[in-house]
Amino acid sequence: MSDTPSAPELVHDTTREGVVTAMRAALGEGLIDSMIKPNDDVWVRVSADAWQQAGRVLRDTVGCEYFCFLSAIDWLPSPYGRGEDDPTAPLPERDSTIKQGYTGGSTRMQVFARVTNLQKHFGVTIKADVPDSEPSIDSWVTVYAGANWHERECHEMFGIDFNGHPDLRNMYLPTDFEGYPLRKDFPLLARMVKPWPGIVDVELLPGDDADEPAVSIEGEPA
Amino acid sequence: MTDLADRQKLSYIAAQAADARLNVELETEGMTLNIGPQHPATHGTLRIIVRLDGEQVIWAEPGAGYMHRGYEKLTEVRTFPQVTALVNRIDWLGSFANEVPFILAAEKLMDVEAPPRAQWIRTILFELSRIANVSLFLGDLGVQLGAITPVFMAFRDREYVLNLIESATGGRFHPNFDRIGGLKEDLPAGWITETKQVMKKLRNFCDEIENLLFGNEIFQSRLRGIGVIPAEVAKQYGLSGANLRASGVDWDLRRDQKLPLAYDKVDFKVWTHPDGDSFARCWIRLQETREATKIVDQLLEGIPSGSVMAKVPRIIKVPEGEAWVSTENPLGEMGYYVVSKGDLGPFRVKIRSASFNNISIVPWVLRGVYVPDVISILASLYFILGDIDR
Repeated sequence: MSDTPSAPELVHDTTREGVVTAMRAALGEGLIDSMIKPNDDVWVRVSADAWQQAGRVLRDTVGCEYFCFLSAIDWLPSPYGRGEDDPTAPLPERDSTIKQGYTGGSTRMQVFARVTNLQKHFGVTIKADVPDSEPSIDSWVTVYAGANWHERECHEMFGIDFNGHPDLRNMYLPTDFEGYPLRKDFPLLARMVKPWPGIVDVELLPGDDADEPAVSIEGEPA
Repeated sequence: MTDLADRQKLSYIAAQAADARLNVELETEGMTLNIGPQHPATHGTLRIIVRLDGEQVIWAEPGAGYMHRGYEKLTEVRTFPQVTALVNRIDWLGSFANEVPFILAAEKLMDVEAPPRAQWIRTILFELSRIANVSLFLGDLGVQLGAITPVFMAFRDREYVLNLIESATGGRFHPNFDRIGGLKEDLPAGWITETKQVMKKLRNFCDEIENLLFGNEIFQSRLRGIGVIPAEVAKQYGLSGANLRASGVDWDLRRDQKLPLAYDKVDFKVWTHPDGDSFARCWIRLQETREATKIVDQLLEGIPSGSVMAKVPRIIKVPEGEAWVSTENPLGEMGYYVVSKGDLGPFRVKIRSASFNNISIVPWVLRGVYVPDVISILASLYFILGDIDR
């Protein structure tokens, strides 16, 4: 590492820029935001209405024939933190500001999927906001047949409805299970019945200060 | 372009119409058969419900979820270093290989790279887990088809590999050896010589299996032309690993992406097969085990010297961001989509496991096959229950 960081070079990644261009041409307003890490990865965010069409564009125009996965993210910070509170005491106040990740967003929950182009060796992560009140979005089953099980799992874990999905039965949980386990406001019950003993695997060396980590986050000695 | 699902639907309707005609002629009745959850062919607890018309399957549905442990939820209450202990248990036959993509994703977010020696040893252990995993498949395959001997050979020779993994990591099944920034420890003395000898034994094992099983007439007639998956369908369902390459798709994440592992330092062949049938899937796995022993041999020749651990803070906080890393695991593409909010633990981890996608094709591929082929097709798709349910 040099002492004076040089200005970052503007790297062009024509493959991934091509993905964004092709999607913008096909979807127009439907493509809301995109982000490229050159020679690494690309993220796009589309509107919920354009979700299915975006899948078709990815499959037919961009050439991402390989379906990797589909899932969702709940951006609400967990009111239970990392499950280390005393379960008998009232919950401490926690910041509940929703802050979405790459390519932003405006709703609490987002579905995201990843597809891969096997000829040109790149993948695309695609996201879409789902409405907070009645989370639902079009199904990808007619675009990628493999989305079937992923959408079932997502429906059961996040409570997102996939319009046009043939069979949204539960895969893991009993049929009459209430709640959506992967939503952040669903408590991890194992931590509710017994207090978490705490982080026990960080041991201090002789001479270390208990409050200060021996090495700071940047890797410099403190 | 007609959608695949539409075409499937049309062919299904046609098949049902044909069945209906046959039923009128023969006055047969459908029957629902339950296979599992406790069935030797399911490698754990997978239930398969098939509707039969005579000997033919007209509808099949796997019922997973008997082993769901909620790892995606559990990762959210763990710190980054603690997650490896969880993900070890996803594909329990190739445990070390589960740790690597998660650690690589965390390293990518932290902008840390393991030292070259750690990368090489990681790659060697990764391939050893592949050999331990797939050699058991090769033995088990015989059992599914009625041959008992290969499984004893597989357990015998897999033991050598497990011993190697144990002597290097301390854990036979769940090493939990990979760390953010490198590895827990360096290799023990004498390990390299021993590994070379074991690799020879494993190549002999592959030859034995090839002579005993793959050349066998019964074996071939049970697998050839059965359960054909065309490349187009395989890609849409997200089949990966040997299942995808058996359908003629030349795609291997070891070769086709750039990761801080030592695969670009070795010369290896990615095997593909044009047929897409059960035989092709098994054959590809046999070749891959051979190829893996060669990769290990090549890597053992030139392990760079130096430390096995980069300089990372003792309390690991991963900067805010999102990263996707997937590797070519024994079962196929396994990847982690890690979202960090700059905290001690991940905010969300999406675990993409290979078997989940590989098994989601079962309703498609079992339609129209005969009952004995159900078992051989499931065996050839090769899944591990922990890898489906997570």
